Parts: sequence; C-alpha cells; structure tokens
Amino acid sequence: MDRLQLYSTEKSQDVMDGLYEDMSRRLVFSPKGNCPVSMTNAFLKLTLAQSCGKCVPCRIGLDTLASITDKILSGKGSENDLQVIEKTATVIADSADCAIGFEAAKLVLDGFRAFRDDYISHMKNNRCTVNFKSVPCVFDCPAHVDIPGYISLIKEGRYADAIRLIRKDNPFPSVCGLVCEHPCESHCRRGMVDAPINIRGLKRFAVDTVGEVPPPEISVPLTGKKVAVIGGGPAGLSAAYYLSLMGHSVTIFEKRQRLGGMLRYGIPSYRLPDDYLDRDINTILSLGVKVNLGVSVGTDITLEDLRGQFDSVYISIGAHADKKLKIKGEDSRGVISAVELLGNMGDGNKPDFTGKRVVVLGGGNVAMDATRTAMRLNAASVTCVYRRRVEDMTALKEEVEGAMAEGCEILPLMAPVEVQADENGNVTGVVLQPQIIGKYEGGRPKPSNADKPAEVLPCDIIIVAVGQAIDATHFADSGVKLKWDQILTQKGTAIDGMEGVFAGGDCISGPLTVIRAIDGGKVAAANIDNYLGYDTKITAGLEVPPASYRFKPAHGRINLTERNANERKNDFCLMENEMSLEEATQECSRCLRCDHYGFGSFKGGREYQW
Amino acid sequence: MVNLIIDNKAVSVNKGTTILDAAKSVNIKIPTLCYLRGVNEIGSCRVCVVEIEGSQRLSAACNTVVAEGMVVHTNSARVRQARKHNIEMILSQHNCHCPTCLRSGNCSLQKMANNLNIYNLDYDTKVDEFNWDMSFPLIRDNSKCIKCLRCVTVCEKIQGIGVWEVNSTGANMRITTRDGLNIKDTNCTLCGQCITHCPVGALRERDDTSKVLSAVYDPEKITVVQLAPAVRTAWGEAFHLPKESASVNRLVACLRALGINYIFDTDFTADLTIMEEGTEFIKNFKKHKPLMTSCCPGWTRFLIKEYPDMLQYLSSAKSPQQMFGAVAKTYFAKKLDVDPSRIFSISIMPCTAKKYECEVPEVNDSGAGQDVDVVLTTRELTRLLRSCHIDPETLEDEPFDSPMGLGTGAGVIFGTTGGVMEAALRSAYFLLTGTNPDPDAFSGVRGRDGWREASFDIQGSEVKVAVASGLANARKLVEAIRKGEVDYDFVEIMACPGGCAGGGGQPIEDGKELAGHRSETLYEIDANSRMRFSHENNSVVQIYDEFFKNPLSDMSHELLHTKHNTWTLDT
Repeated sequence: MDRLQLYSTEKSQDVMDGLYEDMSRRLVFSPKGNCPVSMTNAFLKLTLAQSCGKCVPCRIGLDTLASITDKILSGKGSENDLQVIEKTATVIADSADCAIGFEAAKLVLDGFRAFRDDYISHMKNNRCTVNFKSVPCVFDCPAHVDIPGYISLIKEGRYADAIRLIRKDNPFPSVCGLVCEHPCESHCRRGMVDAPINIRGLKRFAVDTVGEVPPPEISVPLTGKKVAVIGGGPAGLSAAYYLSLMGHSVTIFEKRQRLGGMLRYGIPSYRLPDDYLDRDINTILSLGVKVNLGVSVGTDITLEDLRGQFDSVYISIGAHADKKLKIKGEDSRGVISAVELLGNMGDGNKPDFTGKRVVVLGGGNVAMDATRTAMRLNAASVTCVYRRRVEDMTALKEEVEGAMAEGCEILPLMAPVEVQADENGNVTGVVLQPQIIGKYEGGRPKPSNADKPAEVLPCDIIIVAVGQAIDATHFADSGVKLKWDQILTQKGTAIDGMEGVFAGGDCISGPLTVIRAIDGGKVAAANIDNYLGYDTKITAGLEVPPASYRFKPAHGRINLTERNANERKNDFCLMENEMSLEEATQECSRCLRCDHYGFGSFKGGREYQW
Repeated sequence: MVNLIIDNKAVSVNKGTTILDAAKSVNIKIPTLCYLRGVNEIGSCRVCVVEIEGSQRLSAACNTVVAEGMVVHTNSARVRQARKHNIEMILSQHNCHCPTCLRSGNCSLQKMANNLNIYNLDYDTKVDEFNWDMSFPLIRDNSKCIKCLRCVTVCEKIQGIGVWEVNSTGANMRITTRDGLNIKDTNCTLCGQCITHCPVGALRERDDTSKVLSAVYDPEKITVVQLAPAVRTAWGEAFHLPKESASVNRLVACLRALGINYIFDTDFTADLTIMEEGTEFIKNFKKHKPLMTSCCPGWTRFLIKEYPDMLQYLSSAKSPQQMFGAVAKTYFAKKLDVDPSRIFSISIMPCTAKKYECEVPEVNDSGAGQDVDVVLTTRELTRLLRSCHIDPETLEDEPFDSPMGLGTGAGVIFGTTGGVMEAALRSAYFLLTGTNPDPDAFSGVRGRDGWREASFDIQGSEVKVAVASGLANARKLVEAIRKGEVDYDFVEIMACPGGCAGGGGQPIEDGKELAGHRSETLYEIDANSRMRFSHENNSVVQIYDEFFKNPLSDMSHELLHTKHNTWTLDT
C-alpha cells in the first residue's frame, strides 16, 4: 500500500457533477406556477439526499419535514402539522452541524413563510392556490408578446407577419429588438436542454430584414372619444397606438422637442439609433395620433384643462428627474447627472470631453450608458466608481464587459464621500472611501467602510448615475395621490378619485424597463377603452404555423456579437451586430414551441386577442 | 397536398392534416384515448404516439401535422412499447374495479388495455379519492379519472361554462370543480356533456333505477312512464339492435314486460306544450320579444345562474316532462279514479338536467308529491332492462297506452335542435290563419349549425326566429340579444349540441357524435306520421275539452306553467 496516492476523480463522481449541473440549470429554468408545497417537498428530499446523516436535526428533521409535506400534499395535514414544520425547521436551522442542514431548513422556512396560504389551502381544501403558467416566455414578457408565434413565423420567412404578431402586444418591435432586457429568456424551457433561445436577437433579425411594416387598418368606426396622453415615451406612445386602433382620437402632450421619452433621452444611440426608434414612432403616429411638442403640463396647460377637453387622460411622464448623492462639493462645476448628459445627447447637444478625465458614480445600466457615452465623447479616461463588487452591479453583465473592453475602468468597492474643486469651483477630484463587502441585506451583500484610508481620484468631470426620480409635483397639486414620488394607481392603471384619469410607465413604478412601460400603455389602453364604454379587441388576425415534430438536441445558442471595441468606442453608431439568416434559422429551430407542447396545447398556449 | 408514407403506404393529404387523420385516410386506425376531435387535441395520454423517421422522440399523432416526405410508423416496436406502458401507467392510477363500473363494456380504457394484451401491471397502484356529494344528479369519481381533460375542454369550449378545472401540478394534478366549490355552487347546468364525453366511468349520472323497481314491486303504486322523443332514436344502441327492432313500440313492450302499468309518450305533452307556448307566442307577438323556449332544463339553469334578467323572455310553459307529470297526477288520476298519490310518475329522458327539473319544488303543482317522481336517462333505462333480463329482440312491438300515448310528428321532433321551433311555427301558423301550412313549410330551421336564423312570412307578418344548441352558442346568442345586435321574435335553445338527440343522458359511443344521425331518425318519424300538427292531436283536443278548456286558461296556468325566476337551484 502506498503511503499517499495521487488525487484522481472517480468516474461516477464525474457523472454526478454533470447531473448537478443539469439539475441546477433545470431549477433555474423552472416553469412558473408549480405548487410551492410540492417544490418544497422535492427540495427537502434533495437536501436529505445531500445529507451525510451524522447529525440529528439534518438526518431526522429534514426527513420529518418531507413526511409532513407529503401528508399536507395528500390533503391530510392538520394545523398541528404547520406548527411542527415551523418548529422543526427552526430547530434544524439553529442546531444542524453543517450548512447542508441549516441552509436546507432556511429554504423551508423562507418558503413556508411566503406560501403559508398555500400550505393552509392544501391542508383544508386539498387544493393548490397556484396556477401553472403554460408558456414561460409569454408569461415572463410583461406585455405577453406571442413569442413562440413570431419565432415560428420568422422560421418560415414571414418577417412582416412576425412584426404584425409582435405589434398585437407591443408597438415597439424595432426598439425592443435592440434594447429589451428580454425577461422572456429568463425561464425559457430551452434552458433545460442547453440555453434559452436568443429571443431578442431573433426579433431584431426580423426587424432588420423586413424594414417598414405598415400598421393594421383601424377596423372599427371612429368613436369620437378624445384621449390626452401626457408624455410621449414608450408608455404614452403604446397607449396612443392601441387607443387609436380602438377608434379613439389621441393627442400626445410632450414636454421635450422630440418623442420617445427615455428611449431617446436616456438610451445612447450606439445601443438604439434614432432610425430604429423613429420607425416605431412613425408607425404609431401614422394611425392619426396628434402630437403637441414642447408643451409642459403644469406650466403651459393644466391637468384640469385636459380633463375638461378630453374624455380621458393618461399620465405617462416617466422618471426624468435625477437623484443627488448629497455629498460635499456636489454642486461644483463639472458635476452633472447622467440623466442630464443623456438627455442633452438625445437633443443632439454633445459635450466635448476631449482630454478630460471622467468619473462616473453608480453601478446600474444608466451608469454604464454614461460611462460608454463619455468614452465616445473622447474622454482621456473614464472610470466607473461603484460601492459594491463588480458582480453586484445591477447593470447587465454584457454592458459592464463591453465598457471594459472599450477601455473604461471599473473601480469597485469605493464610496464617494466628497467632491474636490479648485478655487473657481471646478472639479479636481473625488474623495473615495474604500469599502468592504459585508453581510446580505435584501438579497445582496451590503458594503461598509473598510479599515483603509480615503483616497483621492483626480478628475475633471463627474457624472452622477445613482438613480432617477419622478417629478409629479403638478399632478400632486391637482389632486393625484403620490407614494414617495410615484403616482398611485389601481392595478388597471386608473387613479383613485379621479374619474377617467389613468397613469402608467416609470411614473408609477420608478425607472423600469421599456417593456414594462409598453405593458403600462397596453393595460391603460384596454381599461381606458372600457372606461369610454367600448370593448374593442386587439388582434393580429394571423394563424401561427404548426409546431415541428423535430426536436433539436442540445445545441449552442447563437449570441450576438459586437463591433470591435477599438472601433466602436469612437462613434455613436449601433455597436451590436445582427444575426445572419443562417444563424437566425438555426436559432428559430431551437424553440421548443411551448405553445403546442406541454400544457400549452391544453390551456394558455395562445391568446388571440385582448 | 402533402405526401408522406405511413406504415409503407403512400399517403397524400391536405396541408395542415394531422398524422392521425392522414393515417385514417388509408384505413390505419391509430388508437387514441384523450383525443376528442376539435375539442381536446392535447396529446396528454400519449397513446396515439407514432415513430417518425429522423425524429428522436415519438410524436402524438393527434396533434402533429404532416410534413412533406415524412415517414411514419404507427406500430413499430418502440411505438407499441410506449403505448402499452402508457396504458399500464394509466391503469395503475385508475380504480380498476371494472365489474362494478357502469361503463364496463363501454370503456375506452378497458378496450385499449384489452386490445394491447395487457394482463398484468408492472406498477403499484395509486388511486385518487372518490369524494362527492351523491345527492347531485351528476357524479364525479376521481378514482376513475384518467385526467384526459376532456370534461374540462368540453365544458369550456362546447358549453362555455367551465365547471371543471385542473388543480395543482405534477403527481398531485387532478380535475376539480372550479375553485373547488361544491358542485351545487358552480355554474353546472347539468347538461351532462362531460358524462357523454368521458372515456371512462369517472363521470356519470346518479343512478335512480332502484327507485323505479321499488315502485314496480309496490302493489299500492300505479306506475306511469313517459318516454321522451329522443329516447326512441337511441335506446337500441346499447343493445346493438337493428333499426327495425329498435322502434319506440318495442320499447313500450319492454317496459310492459318490466311491469310498468301505463306507458305513455312525452310527445303528447310536447303537443300540449305547443298549444300553450304557441298561444303565448301569438299573444305576445311583437310586444314582448323574443319569446324563448323553456323545454330544456339545462338552458333554464343556465339562464337562472348566469342571466337571471333574461328569464322574463322565457316562455312560462313548463317543459313537456313537467306538463306530463302534472297531467298524470291530476287529469289521468281522475280518469282512473284513484288517489293521485298512488301514481308513481317515471320519466325516461335523454337528459341529466331533467333529474334536477323534477325536483324543483316550484314546478310541482299536482299536490301529490313530485309531479314526476323519478327521471331515468336513456342509459339507466337500458341498464334497468338488462338487469331485468329483458331481451328486446324476443318481444313484439306493442302500442302505447291511451290517451296520453298519442303524439304527433310535431311532438317527435322536439327531440332535435330546431324541432320545437318548427313544431311551434306549424301550429302558430294555424292559430293565426285558421289553415294548416305545408308541414314542411318551416324546415328552414333544421340544420346542424350551432346558431341558425330564419325568417318566415305568416299572413303578412315577418316572423324572425333563431335556433341555437350547445350553451357556448346559446351564450353568444344571448349576448347578441342583450347588446341589441340581433332582433328575433322567437328563439329556441337546447343546451346540448344537436338538441336532446345529443343529450347528456343518451347512450355513449366514444368518439362519435350521434346527434345528427339520431335527429334524422326523428325527422323520418315525423315525415311518416299520420298527424304532423300538434293542434290535431286528438288527445290534446280531448284534454282541453275535458280538463283545461283553453290554452292559457286558469287551469293550465295552474298546472302547465311556472315562474322560472322562482326556481330553487339546489334541490
């Protein structure tokens, strides 16, 4: 016998490792609407299989919890069982010898507390309170775009029909083809096989291939009803589009000189060029939407005026105010907000950062937009300073990586404490306090001051990108209720106590994504239509091709590439490359057609109208 | 056209055809279980799976569309193995006490297991609980449910009600009433379409045959049967009788052999209904419209539950079943000179909702208990005859008893969609003009479409009528009336697609919609009838002479009409 042996892995363990990987991916892409008690029961059995069996709470406690949840699932549970679950899980969490046990118990407790109603329903009525969601991509898309439908149309080369089908739920196919955060991909069932479908990429492919597609004809008689839309961003324009299709007369009041809201005044053109945005806007306007530019509601006209002149009013003013850092020296010359910078860019007013050292403060997508814009404005250096770690940044990973590839620097774990300025009030630097990452709070680790001295980062320009605010002062003065700075609405976007007035988009939620704003406009249009006494349905009038019987085995996902970093960092032209026909065709054929296979063919596979 | 090969046969079919239909076109019958054409094409049972060359996995033939050059094998080793094991899996979660199941011998699962030579199971059994309010006329036994989801889709798509839903996920998934309500609190109309579309015995009517037998064996009781029009077209199906042996008079002979004292025809009170409803129609013509028929208790329940404000348009006439019951325990008891409480009134109906209707307190006016004591569906009737070892083939045809055994062709067609309308128009024409129209003058209301319209000229007045069957169609029609999109004088609704011929109490032949075929038989009987006008029914003339005097008289109001808005829903 050798005294020591070289490390080697067992074949069976390699297989297990592969299975763990498959299982963890499977969990990530879990369908929505599964029974929470059933999932907890399954988790318990999984964690029990992971247990070594040495310590009592883990070995016996988890097994007991599995048995009780089995009992509850069979409709035979009792009040006492619920108490036993909580008590036992607490004991395991408190006294198991290692993380296998106490983390498992934590998982049970978190689920138990969140889904207590479901436990009770199983126990009392032998029923689950949750409904299975058929098509993950359609469910996860806030606007519920018929994704399997348009992918199958793209596959058949019917690009114009694909655009028509998208427009049934989303009048911004060009915009979303480029900048949608694609929540549709987050639970794509294809993820259980290999990776989600590149849904946004396919949408962009259709948009690029087909070009202009005229909107549908207004197929109903004009109602003569007039709706005012305050704010010409994605929420307002979406509402205008659907309300026009429903036969109503829509007038948009936009404070700025151009339509588009944050799409124009927030998203840099290297991500969303004007021609893409204008294509969607022109389609919407071609339905006869009237537009008043440069009109500020509150200054030029009041909400009361509009309520008097229109049958219904939709407030979609967005979140265009900026948030301050509230640190010393913040008012120095050279400190600007990202909102202001990107807003100026939208109006074509480009500052020149030639030779300037730029510091961006913040870690979200807007911070990345500011960082990469600064680089394109010819800055000598761009440094993005963030309090937490790079992996904690809320910006999309590819945005951070893209910025770094373009030569921007990310300086993590640094908190700005003071802006330094010269005697003329011009920025000279920012004082940064090093941070140490700490314990989790609200799902992510919180930083605190590290035991290190503060440093000065010399710079000429500071761009503050620490969030956006809503300026709804005029509306509050007119009687609209606010919570913090957000307009309060019902779930259907109606404002309590103000008949006929609705609100949506960022101004009721704080800054979210374009697709959330589009959903806001769509929901408002439906409810305003009903409010006006109509029930006109929106439909694409298209049949979707049948699902293929061929199943494509595990196959790589087509990812979109970007133009060479050294080249793209010098201009504001679109940086992302499109798919080729070959790539798009291959990507389409990966779609598992959840509208047809699985629960979809029974229920929820397709909504033909709303 | 798309060309493909199925089991070595070249097949050419239209684009969009399923493999199942393509195979059928060359006489290859791929077995199916959950499939219901146009309604439930969801591939849940995985019994119709086939092997397609070049495809990794097996595909469901029922909802996979053909493609050019496809090569399909419907009976390969892989296919057979999958089909067999899938059936075994279903059997492992099915209450297989077949001898005590009323669908034994007419069960698609049983047939499938037999066909696939399944004699033992590799799986342990695990069966859902049977937990149901047995007083309700419709019974769901989840221990037999195979979760094919047909009941869910039929109720939702064909009837537009949505009584059933899927609850929970994975192994715990099961079919429950919507929101888990007691069935009595759902919008169930008791149409019974979920029963006739269930491939197994998970859904059935409450069996009331023992009540009939008790009465037959009770020397104090005088048993009186009424036979609904649509029963005569279907009762022989379960006995596999040739058409000539499956006559209504053969059924009369069977019932007499069973020991029933008087056997009458609901056609008689169908004719009586026409007199009452027809007169009501003429009285309200162009004043309070539309008049809507009230023969169908599924439709009535639907209105009470979902559109109570529309009840004002419903004819106040009782259904023929209830008119018969009222007459049996008054007029007929008097004729026999017996205490009406001795009469035990039995109704044989193609319908499950009739079991509810006879129990509604507000409809019972004879003062001698329920006017109709018990309702048997056509299926219960055949089970009852079998249990009494009555063999219809060995009996001779026998006539109905008199006087309520006399019905006209107009009464017969009550059993099909459009029939009540046509019968009513024949007599309305007479009542308005004093002369008979051509008996086929109103055949324009016949047909199979779910919602039909027609317009007739009677003495210079335009009569606009509509006929709908299936409650999803009925809902569309009602909505259109409410929105003012349509304008009718007279509307006939039957809850079941095709009318009573396709009723929820009729014999079941899985995969076949027999309403059309049965309706043809009814029209045939009508065409060959000596009398084709309700007002010419001598027994009807006689009952007015001797008892009611006139349609809408005080006496007929008391016994033949009802206020539907007062009906109790939970009986």
